Amino acid sequence: MSAITPPLPTPAAAPTATIGAYARRWAENVRGGELGSLPIILGLLIICVVFQVQNDRFLTAGNFVNLMVQGAAFALVAMGIVFVLLLGEIDLSVGYVSGVAGVLTALLLLPDGSSVPTAVAIAAALGSGVLIGTLHGLVITKIGIPSFVVTLAGLLAWNGVVLLLIGSRGTVVLQDDFVIGFANDFLSEGAAWVLMLLAVGAYAGVQLWGLRKRAAAGLSNDPLLIVGLRILGLFVALACVVYVVNQDRGLPYVAVLVGVLLVFWTYVLRRTRFGRHVYAVGGNAEAARRAGINVDRIKIICFAIASLMAAVGGIVLASRLRSVDTNAGGGAILLYSIAAAVIGGTSLFGGRGHIKAALLGALVIASIDNGLGLLGLSSGTKFVVTGLVLLLAVAVDSFSRRGRAQSGRA
Amino acid sequence: MTVTTDVGGPRERSPGAGPILELKGVSKRFGAVQALHEVDFDVTPGEVTALVGDNGAGKSVTIKCIAGIYPIDSGEILWQGRPVEIHGPKDSAALGIEIVYQDLALADNLDVVQNMYLGREEITPFHALDETKMERRCKETLSSLSVTTIRSVRQTVAGLSGGQRQSIAVAKAVMWNSRLVILDEPTAALGVAQTRQVLDLVRRLADQGLAVMLVSHNLHDIFEVADRITVLRLGQDVARFNTKETNQREVVEAITAGKLSTVPGAEEAHVR
Repeated sequence: MSAITPPLPTPAAAPTATIGAYARRWAENVRGGELGSLPIILGLLIICVVFQVQNDRFLTAGNFVNLMVQGAAFALVAMGIVFVLLLGEIDLSVGYVSGVAGVLTALLLLPDGSSVPTAVAIAAALGSGVLIGTLHGLVITKIGIPSFVVTLAGLLAWNGVVLLLIGSRGTVVLQDDFVIGFANDFLSEGAAWVLMLLAVGAYAGVQLWGLRKRAAAGLSNDPLLIVGLRILGLFVALACVVYVVNQDRGLPYVAVLVGVLLVFWTYVLRRTRFGRHVYAVGGNAEAARRAGINVDRIKIICFAIASLMAAVGGIVLASRLRSVDTNAGGGAILLYSIAAAVIGGTSLFGGRGHIKAALLGALVIASIDNGLGLLGLSSGTKFVVTGLVLLLAVAVDSFSRRGRAQSGRA
Repeated sequence: MTVTTDVGGPRERSPGAGPILELKGVSKRFGAVQALHEVDFDVTPGEVTALVGDNGAGKSVTIKCIAGIYPIDSGEILWQGRPVEIHGPKDSAALGIEIVYQDLALADNLDVVQNMYLGREEITPFHALDETKMERRCKETLSSLSVTTIRSVRQTVAGLSGGQRQSIAVAKAVMWNSRLVILDEPTAALGVAQTRQVLDLVRRLADQGLAVMLVSHNLHDIFEVADRITVLRLGQDVARFNTKETNQREVVEAITAGKLSTVPGAEEAHVR
């Protein structure tokens, strides 16, 4: 390289966008098809109003806690699905992979003389998830079979494994207080408040630290008021949640688990090299390859994460039901999880989406499921309605793509 | 050293410095097809050297041989006067050769900073991406190249015009301590104003001391920015010109009817 380096431009006083400019940019983005979480939050509001009008038990503290516990497994599995969808791939096997993990946990903890410590059982279940996902990823990348086919084969094969593991037992009752506690125990009122304050404090700290760092580097920042509103928004939202659940049984442990994993995977996706490469592979695999990114490796890791999160979801589901049977991993778990990720705003075309989509989508799905249940409607009706909502969400994705194309963003 | 911001200043050029890259008698054959036949070609720092030719003349194959995507059958490639063997894109990048392909290889869903650092992200000691550092360096690189049309480096590439995208791809290439930048048809899909933008950028790169190789079949563009022109015809270099001492008619003649040292298919005809 040359010996001459031009003087760096001295960082001027950090330019800060005005509130007006920020609002204009946001409105421009929405018109241009970058809808973000807007449609889903509107959707959730509509769902709440409709069900509350039909049945005044919908918006009660008790039902809110139920909803959290019901939605948790979908949210966890959907988080893994987000990684796969970001690549523009699909994983149809997560349902029965969650089943395998649930059954494995229950079997390993059976007090029949050969039981292992709880931690070992959970680690084995999670490890099996990672292995299964890695296997899927290897077949998809190294042999070159489309993920749809490989995971469809996985769906059948892991369903078979669930049946083989259960054997003639029919139902295996989960007999470990710790694992059952995930979905059936609750934080004390005080602990929930402390946790909530810690979370908001950490968020505020990260936001302000980022502001300072950018200002020091002379980069433009969001207006301080907007950052303040974001922190206040999180505070109000979490405070409402904690207040409401404390009217009933309290904050379920599984909600904490969902929160922690939400933050963790968001960090991985938005703040690490690996996460950046996931988006790059989903956006333009050829560009990623030319940039020296090992595309196969990224894909394999994403499938491993999908199966790992399926395993986490499977354990939580087993915990909620306190048992596993031959139906473990069947039923709605697969379709609800994929639907949750898509309804939350993850594009099926790859490259666009956030982990929080899994949580928001799972909230919608669980609300519909729960609300229609309260109205005493059959599961037939539930499926029809959920299907229509899924279609609506994908339609919104399609329309926003068209909006982006028209404004030259796609 | 990973990142340089030295594209802003003139590079030191020792007087009489020779070509940075030389191809000597390079041949490449794909089965029965002689894609390149004893091609000589060189690029000098501070100059824009154009490689022109009709479709199928061997322009793309030449680039891919320099990139190391195709191994050459015979001849040699000299880098700063020393023979080198380039076995793949990593080798060429290590030498300081950056290639901007026609499709630009940008990820539409990522923003400008993310694209420019793709695959070479800066990280903090805690393995998190160092966004502030990357954003600052990006802005510096773009301003040193006088790329002023980008409103925000945090907008996604999908929203940029063709000329802006080309500028980003070029800036991405020169940000990494590169010595030679190869541009494959950089103005092929651009309008008049955007072509202007990109040609100015190409000229600026050379004026800052980089060696620039411009592959194109738009003679108008070439006469505007190139210092020297090498013409390929049917896999052979048939003519060299100094842009100042020639005109488009001569170059077109060379492209369509330049004298070949061997006529493909002639040997076989003799045998029969």
